[in-house]
This record gives sequence, structure tokens and C-alpha cells, in this order.
Amino acid sequence: MINKLTLANLAHRPIRTLLSIVAIAVEVAMILTLVGVSNGTLHESARRARGTGADVLVRPPGSSALGTLSSSPMSDRLPIILSHEPHVVMATGTMVQPLELFDVMTGLDFAQFARMSGGFHFLAGGLPAQDTDLIVDAPYAREKNLHVGSTIMLLAHSWRISGIYEGGKLARIAVRLNALQNLTGNPNRLSQIYLKLDDPAQAQAVVDALRAKYPGYQIYTLEYYTSLLSVSSVGLLRNFTYVVIGIAMIVGFIVVFMAMYTAVLERTREIGILKAVGGSPGLILSMLLRETLLLAVLGIVLGILLTCVAQWILQHFVPGGLTQETVYAWWPVTGALAILGALIGAVIPGVKAVRQEATEALAYE
Amino acid sequence: MNEAPIIKVHQLTKTYRAGDMVVQALRGVNLEVARGEFLAVVGASGSGKSTLFNVLGGLTVPTSGSVFIREKNLSHMTDAERTQLRKSTVGFVFQKYNLLPTLSAADNIRIVKYIAGRGTEFDPPFLDVLRLLGIEDRLHHKPRALSGGQQQRIAIARAIVNAPAILLADEPTGNLDSQNSAAVLRLLKHLNERLGQTILMITHDEEAASYAHRSVHMRDGQLT
Repeated sequence: MINKLTLANLAHRPIRTLLSIVAIAVEVAMILTLVGVSNGTLHESARRARGTGADVLVRPPGSSALGTLSSSPMSDRLPIILSHEPHVVMATGTMVQPLELFDVMTGLDFAQFARMSGGFHFLAGGLPAQDTDLIVDAPYAREKNLHVGSTIMLLAHSWRISGIYEGGKLARIAVRLNALQNLTGNPNRLSQIYLKLDDPAQAQAVVDALRAKYPGYQIYTLEYYTSLLSVSSVGLLRNFTYVVIGIAMIVGFIVVFMAMYTAVLERTREIGILKAVGGSPGLILSMLLRETLLLAVLGIVLGILLTCVAQWILQHFVPGGLTQETVYAWWPVTGALAILGALIGAVIPGVKAVRQEATEALAYE
Repeated sequence: MNEAPIIKVHQLTKTYRAGDMVVQALRGVNLEVARGEFLAVVGASGSGKSTLFNVLGGLTVPTSGSVFIREKNLSHMTDAERTQLRKSTVGFVFQKYNLLPTLSAADNIRIVKYIAGRGTEFDPPFLDVLRLLGIEDRLHHKPRALSGGQQQRIAIARAIVNAPAILLADEPTGNLDSQNSAAVLRLLKHLNERLGQTILMITHDEEAASYAHRSVHMRDGQLT
């Protein structure tokens, strides 16, 4: 009967009910989308790094493991030197040039890279035939509506698309190494070097040996490097996530609080009636909390749907930019946060309702 | 040996504040109501009769004096005990009907049964009462779809669904036209005669009071 009354109360005020559900849904979607984008973008980077087929990564002295490279301080003779180190069977260098927002252009030796990784799998076209050609992965091509033969302005230069390859390898935009070096005024310079070993199981031993021999260089196994590409490893991203979750919680709390507070005010007389006919404080509080719980559950379901919609929009309209994953582990966490916020928001007006004198409530117009 | 009165009020006072003013709503009220009696408390607006209704129903606490309902002193009751009193011993009929607008007429009655822990199904004798009240075919309607007279009959059904020892009615015909007023008053009289229902009715209307066995008059917080 109380469940029936709860449903009847919610159905009786459809606009307020809908707004409360939407507010909780937005709170849930904010958290899930942020977590999904954070994880998705980092995991996509890790997937592309693994796609190189390398076992060891060498970065310049003074760089950080996860920072975006914005300079090319290493000599292009270093890969030749490193290729003579024990267990190293191949070394290839790349140059990374940041573009706008999250995009970077990568210059590489396509022949060496093909030997290390197995090469790009082209969906259309092929490797650059000249220095003004570039290749892009399929998500980037879809987002920018690029086709083989079309042109794109990057770094104040016009580039012709010579090929579109399947994503998941090294970079979204790749050009000839020497073309990028010359264009950016960094001839013979590299941003990072990938090493392939004869025995991947020796990766850590090789890293230790190289660190001892080349002090200052940032040298990691690919396995370690990709493990760093998680939200919990990126301090700034982790803190940012917590801040957004906190804001979403506060917004959800205020909205639910307002909704329940006005609901109690609107229903002052009804609460008085329930008290008059013997309704206990527990029964009235239970009714309000059930309403809140139902709003929260519906809001969570809608929030998950909104998150899926956001994911679909990112996949279809900006596939080359942010990547969003479905992080199922965060569904119960976010759901619990939303329910907790909603219940806390309902407690104060609920207690107010319970403490109300029946005679005062019945006189309320 | 005479049966003890179902309601016994002795030197009852009730004082409350209205802004800066202290209002003495009840000033030493003494009253006894016998089991099965239909009593009308008649008085003008502001005479204190509604405050008496609220105190007798356990909706508000007296300032001093004693109120015995079935030999239990209401003055010494906790909030929980007064809630229990409203749940099991007293039924209310209000001037403004006070039905829950979100529920159907039937559910307005059922929820009172549910609160009292008596399930939600109507037993055969109560179905007879619904027929007596003439509302058996209006039960699935929401209150807003019912006339004032029909709403008040639903309210009466709700008040007696748990067979309370006392039915308190506060101006039950105050919002009704003369035809519906007469019908409701006849119903109350019928319930009293047929079921032995004790009724204490608050009214300002002498004609309404004429349906009761006995009338007492209130003025300035005292019975005269």
C-alpha cells in the first residue's frame, strides 16, 4: 500500500518527478562520461603504443613518462647505436609534433616501422609517396571526413591524404620522418625511440642495462609504460575526476534536496492526514525515502542511457578525438553515490515532515 | 453498576501562542461521553470546539487537566501512544474531507486499514457499510472526481473502517449544501443507531446538533 502511495505521489506530479529524475541522470552521466573518456583515451593511447610491436621505449632526458613530447632533442644516430646493444634487434625513432587540442603528428621511418610492427593495415590508399603526403587512421578520417586524395591543412601546410589505415597503431596522423623534421626545423632529431628485442622476457633487464649506460634517458619497458596509462596513474586526471564527481554529487544533492523539500511543502496537508489517521513518523519517512529511492534508481538508469548516448555521439561525430569506454565497474559506484546523495537530500525535509504537528499540517492551505 | 464513560474530560485547558498573543482556547472543560452516545458540541467560531476536537483526537496535547479515552489518560501519553490512539481508537471526519488526492476513494479507505495493520481487504460487514453510505460504485474514483457529499461519505467510511471506539466529526456538514448535509447527518445517526458507534460531533449548526442524542454548548473555551 505504501508502495502504491509512493507511485501515486510521483505520478501525481509528473513534471517535478521528471525533473528530479533528469537531474539525477545528469549527475550520473557526468561521472560515467568523465570516467569513460578518461579511461578510453588513456587505454587507446596504450593500445596504439602496444601496436608498435616494440618492447622498450626510450625518451629524452628530462622528459616524463606520460607527458606529451613537444621537442625532439635526441639525435637520429641514437637508434643505430642502440641497435647494437645486447638483445636489441631493431631500433626506430619517431618525431612527435603536437597539433591542436589532443592531436599530434608523428614522423616515422615507414620501412623500419613496418619491420618492427608488421606495418599499417590500409583500408584505402597506401604509404606516403612524397614529403607532402600523410596517412591517417580510420577514426580520424571519419571525423574529418577525409578520403584518399583529399587535402588537409596542418602546421600551416597542405597535406595530401595518401592512405587511411586501421586504427590502433602508434599514431592517428603519420608522415615521413624527414619531412616532419625539416618542416619543424629539427633535422636529424627524434622525440622517442622504440626498441624491439630478440626476447621480450629480457625487456626489464635490457632497460636496467640501458639506464646504467645512458643515464638521464627515460627508458621503460612497453609493458610498464602502457600500465601507466590509467586514470589512477595520472595524478592530475585522477584529481580532476574526483573534483567533477564531487561537483556532480553537490549538484545532484541540491536538486534532490530542492525537489524533496518542495514535495514535502506541497504535501503538508497530506502528511497531516496520514498523521491524523495514525501514520507513524517511520511510515511517513519511509514513504518519502521510497520516493527518493525510486527517483534515484530511475535517474541512474536514465543516466546510464545518457552515458551510452554520449559514447555514441563521440564515436560517430568525433571518433578521432576523445575515446569513451563503458566502465562497468563504475556503474555500481556511481549508482551508490547518486542514491546516497539523493537520500541525504531527502532526510532533512523528511525529518521536518515527521516533526510537523498534525493540526498545523491539516490547517495548511 | 454503570459503565465507565468512554470519554471523560476534567478541568481541561489548552493555551497556545498566536504571534505575541497567548490564547486560552480551553478554560477548564469538564465533559463525559457514554459509550454509544451521539453527542454534539455546539459553538460559534472561536469558541474552542475545534481545539477540543484536536485534544480528544490526540492531535494536540492539552496544557493541563485530564482526558481519559477508554480510561487511558491522554495527557500522559507519548507521541507514539497518541499515534496508536489515532490508529485504533479514534476515527476522524473533517469539514474539508481531507482525502489524499493521489489515491482513489477505495485506497483512501484501504490505507487506514493498512496503517492499522489490518490488511487492505474490506470485510463483508464493511461492504454493507459502504452500501449504506451509498458509495460502493464510486470507490475507484479519485477525490477530485467526486462531489462534496460523496467525498464526505468516503471520509466517514475511512473513519470507521477500523471500527474505532469513537468517531470524532468536526463540522462534517460545513462544506455541504443542505441536501447533502441532511444525508450525511442521517448517515451518522444511522451508524450510531445501527452499529452503536460513539460519535462526538463539533458543529455551529443547531439543526445539525438536533440529530445527536445530546448537545452541549461551548463559549469562550468553556462548556455552558
